[in-house]
Amino acid sequence: MENIVIKVRNLNKSFGDLDVLKGVDLDLFKGENLVVLGKSGSGKSVLIKIMVGLLTQDEGSVLVLGQEVKNLPTRELNELRLKIGFSFQASALYDSMTVRENLEFPLVRNVKNLGKTEKNKRVEDVLESVGLLQTINQMPSELSGGQRKRIGIARTLILKPQIMLYDEPTAGLDPITCMEINSLINEVNETYHTTSIIITHDLTCAKETGDRMAVLLDGAFGAIGKFEEVFKGAEDKRIKSFYDYNFIRQ
Amino acid sequence: MAETPTENTKVMGKRIDNFFIGLERAFTFVKRFFQEVWFPPYEFKEFIRQCYKIGVNSLPLISLTGFIVGIVFTNQSRPSLAEFGATSWLPALISIAVVRAMGPLVTALIAAGKVGSSIGAEIGSMKVTEQIDAMEVSATNPFKFLVVSRVLASTFMIPILVLYTDFVALLGAFVNVHVNELVSIDTFFVQVFNSISFLDVTSSILKSLVFGFTIGIVGCYKGYNSTKGTEGVGKAANSAVVMAMFLIFVEELLSLQIIVFFRNM
Repeated sequence: MENIVIKVRNLNKSFGDLDVLKGVDLDLFKGENLVVLGKSGSGKSVLIKIMVGLLTQDEGSVLVLGQEVKNLPTRELNELRLKIGFSFQASALYDSMTVRENLEFPLVRNVKNLGKTEKNKRVEDVLESVGLLQTINQMPSELSGGQRKRIGIARTLILKPQIMLYDEPTAGLDPITCMEINSLINEVNETYHTTSIIITHDLTCAKETGDRMAVLLDGAFGAIGKFEEVFKGAEDKRIKSFYDYNFIRQ
Repeated sequence: MAETPTENTKVMGKRIDNFFIGLERAFTFVKRFFQEVWFPPYEFKEFIRQCYKIGVNSLPLISLTGFIVGIVFTNQSRPSLAEFGATSWLPALISIAVVRAMGPLVTALIAAGKVGSSIGAEIGSMKVTEQIDAMEVSATNPFKFLVVSRVLASTFMIPILVLYTDFVALLGAFVNVHVNELVSIDTFFVQVFNSISFLDVTSSILKSLVFGFTIGIVGCYKGYNSTKGTEGVGKAANSAVVMAMFLIFVEELLSLQIIVFFRNM
């Protein structure tokens, strides 16, 4: 189907004796926000790292925009990576660079013949879109956790990706900042018309940002569907406890 | 509980395995450097930044150490020469010792401590905080940006620092000689330049290039392969210094054999 942006089939990945992913199948449709849920160590981050070629699967197929990631030579892989934005769990901002330099870093290396005015405009525009233009000359160490997340997202947006992969976007943030990040994810989706995968174990984030949920259990998806379909009346004890822990506890 | 002989053999076997795996990894890392250094994109701006960091930031420490080395070595050599009534040979003796061995060695050891640990820690912390992965996903070659630029900068700057150390150490030696033997600066430096040969200077520069390369590549290798979070960063910095210092001494010994061979030709 042309509508499928990412297609994963029978994906297996182990680290030593530990089987992390055991036959994962997934279709990501254009324009949707898919939330991948699962407990820590269940292989959520591994899944998206395979999608951008940071890790290689042991078995199975991962097609991103119709291209088999595993078989791509470096140049083609880099071209594909330009279409994917990856927001890291700890933001991964370059410590030795200012916010401006962090944003310019992918831009100057990947966009040819970019004038200084155009470069500055793109940096300022993308910072404006995440509401942090005032931090442009600050160092990452001077920013709060939420600001770092936003700048991390801005850095991926500067190349105008078609797909966004968020690795634990709300991890370690206070509830108000979590809400702001959730809104930002939705804004990014609307403004940049991206297709997204959001890795999280935060059900509030999942509910607010996701069109569909996929729950990773024992190395494969135990349930995929809309939030209500997956959690309301879930028969699997693990999915039920996931829901109970996140909502009833609160 | 004491380990059984079988367990000991297993542990030993694993250590030997790890040693050879490490050796193969290091070889692949060096090979990758030589494969990538020739081809664009060239990270010229980062190279200049690293040259500044390595060169200019090391100047105060190198100056102080070089000057003290010059004074101390002159002081220690004087009694031996005085026994033969040959204190007038001090400038010649010091210049040969400084240019041939002490300048390059002292500079390389200080740089291994200062530059090597800084490179190891910086790249190590970038690795554990996923900054290197972030570069990779933004279609930038992190090896070229981080490793190639730093190794080139270190290879380029260490010989310059060595020449500077030589000069500062000779200045220290002059101060000592001037105070004790009342030798003028002209006489001192005429004797210095009469004693050192072209081979002394070129061999000193050539081995400094090797020392610089070693400091850069070891720091980068240790940082790039660091694991286990912040603990790993500390280990990377520490082992970068230890390994670089060890290799510098081995290289000094080897270069000595080569230089002696050329000198006797």
